[in-house]
Amino acid sequence: MIQEIVARLQQRHRTMRYPYGEPPPLPDRFRGRPVVDPARCAAGCHDCEKVCPTGALCATAPETLDLGKCLFCPECAAACPHQAISYASSHQLAARERADLVVSRERAAIEVKRAALDDALRKLFGRSLKLRQVSAGGCNACEADSNVLTTVGWDMGRFGIQFVASPRHADGLLVTGPVSRNMVLALKKTYDALSEPRIVIAVGTCAISGGVFAGRPEVADGAASVVPVDLYIPGCPPHPLTVLDGLLRLIGRVR
Amino acid sequence: MSASLADFVSVANGQAVALERVPVLPLESLHAAIASGVVSGCRVSALFGAAAPQPGATRLYAVLADDGQNRLWVAASDVIGDSYPSLTPRCAQAHLFEREIAEQFGLRPEGHPWLKPVRYRSSWTGRDVWARPTEETILPAAGDFYRVEGDQVHEVAVGPVHAGVIEPGHFRFQCHGEQVYHLEIALGYQHRGVEEALLNGPDARTIHRVETLSGDASVAHATAYSQIYEALAGHAASARAQALRGIALELERMATHIGDLGALAGDVGYLPTASFCGRIRGDVLNMTALLCGSRFGRGLIRPGGVGFDADGERLAELGRRLDACEKDAHVAIELLWKTPSVMARFEEVGVVPRKVAAELGLVGPAARAAGLERDIRRDQPCGIFCFSQIPLATCESGDVFARAYVRWLEIQYAIAFIRDQLQALPTGAVRVPAGACAPDHFAVALTEGWRGEVCHVAITDAQGRFASYKVVDPSFHNWTGLAYALRDQEISDFPICNKSFNLSYCGHDL
Repeated sequence: MIQEIVARLQQRHRTMRYPYGEPPPLPDRFRGRPVVDPARCAAGCHDCEKVCPTGALCATAPETLDLGKCLFCPECAAACPHQAISYASSHQLAARERADLVVSRERAAIEVKRAALDDALRKLFGRSLKLRQVSAGGCNACEADSNVLTTVGWDMGRFGIQFVASPRHADGLLVTGPVSRNMVLALKKTYDALSEPRIVIAVGTCAISGGVFAGRPEVADGAASVVPVDLYIPGCPPHPLTVLDGLLRLIGRVR
Repeated sequence: MSASLADFVSVANGQAVALERVPVLPLESLHAAIASGVVSGCRVSALFGAAAPQPGATRLYAVLADDGQNRLWVAASDVIGDSYPSLTPRCAQAHLFEREIAEQFGLRPEGHPWLKPVRYRSSWTGRDVWARPTEETILPAAGDFYRVEGDQVHEVAVGPVHAGVIEPGHFRFQCHGEQVYHLEIALGYQHRGVEEALLNGPDARTIHRVETLSGDASVAHATAYSQIYEALAGHAASARAQALRGIALELERMATHIGDLGALAGDVGYLPTASFCGRIRGDVLNMTALLCGSRFGRGLIRPGGVGFDADGERLAELGRRLDACEKDAHVAIELLWKTPSVMARFEEVGVVPRKVAAELGLVGPAARAAGLERDIRRDQPCGIFCFSQIPLATCESGDVFARAYVRWLEIQYAIAFIRDQLQALPTGAVRVPAGACAPDHFAVALTEGWRGEVCHVAITDAQGRFASYKVVDPSFHNWTGLAYALRDQEISDFPICNKSFNLSYCGHDL
């Protein structure tokens, strides 16, 4: 017992103050949403769109960026001959509506989209939200950076949010992965096993749009093709702070 | 028997050869050479099908790793028709490869002892070994499972959706009371068709698909792919880029090993280490993010080098964080070995003896924990590991303890390696344009990821595009090892056995 106490003292108290204090610092090379500086962007140049692996920057939809497709990879900024593309540092990316993830490319247009449940659901889930995680073709990065919220540093149990072992114990699903065809039935059955009212949270670009696997016959292009989605959390994978922010705004603990 | 490895072409890790130099042997010669090669210490790194020049035929390629000789042996053979004599009865570690070939190409290995689908998908050729109706949806885990009959024998089915935050798979236990006679693991739920998606590449999506082959091994897979690309383009990455790749690879190893030791502690109800390690793992992921902005190394490893350089201040910060992490990890992990209740659960549970590990072709910490001295960083070095060696971590007992302890040794060696690199990082550019891939070539690259050997093989067509891209995640070799480890254990030992391997579902399912 002595050794555990000594170890505990050495390891110190590690749970972050956020959301009651500052959020943990993000790495200086953290890539939030790509933003285009219109003063530098040259008309007719589509170099960024050519290297975008998922069509998040699309020539046919000028001036917009689809955060539901974006991998937050460094390719577009690296390919821009005018250094017009940079990455915003904000971690707040989650939104209730898929359409809200299609945003303007310009920094001036950044706004935090609505993520809160309506009052009735918030009353139910605001202080206790139990989630069953379903990986459906996920590469385990989104799974890992969701699961990390259960560690002492993040401790999402503070907010009454918990991953539970059975859909029967859960208020909602947290779905990752593009939804492989071989997981469609299991995802449906898991959803059906939840009692109502129930919610679904799609975490990661694959779960939102299929990501780099969109259009492949082996996947269903995201959770919404199988179950109704109530919250989209973009990223590949999303930073844990992005996931936690999405969950906290969903239940009204952060605005 | 005249067949031997002398008929194969010898290829180094990260090397490409003209496709015409890969010898096409009679099937019996190929099989005999593989079987005798494995007896003399080689391993089957890859065995896969691809298109053959003549219609109706399938070309089988074999990559044998000859660790003692620092060589890879490659040869092929054409199979005409829809069946061929199975290699598995002569060479157990071919069993899953032959199932995969059967599923992808509709080729029946006659005499295979357990011919079931691997990923539960339709074949690439339209021929189906199991004669499943084309209009019916193929459901994962459908079909017979190995059954033990007898008084009071019962079956326990688990999954695909598990209790933890973990990927899906189906586990079927044959039990007598608490005792497990047999475990059969059915996967395929995570199948995303990555190998098919990589065909005709490289293109804008290729590297991103490779980075998601198994998210917790993004660096290992992206490094193997980059080595393939550089071999085909005839253009090596700079020494500085190789060193940064090595640092990222070892950070990836540290992060998952620390996380897994914490998870093992959690599974035996020892919460101090579980809590500490969960947090320390995050610190290591943040070190990777310090290098490239992504906790999983996304965007860091690129053909031709690395996507991000690190200046002196960044490297110094990495060094400071490494020191702090080392101190924390020592305190957290040493607790395990000093705590009798933990050791009682780890020792003599989930034993895979050395002989079995060798026969099944296990790789990575699971193999080293059984006393097998195999590590790509030492045996088939490529990149920075040609210049900077990492000691080999082995144990003898092959149990959960051994797999845990090997990881602890590897964490310490990784820290020492990274520290060495930080002190003497070569100068120079970090990325050069890699150029175009050579047409009609065969390239192979191996990387020692934290789970073990990551093997990529590419064959290019006349335009230099991927006509075939084979990925063998270490999990592909090791899932059978986990099934074996459960024999005669209690069913409640499954969680710690599973964590001690921590295999990838998506890396297996591709």
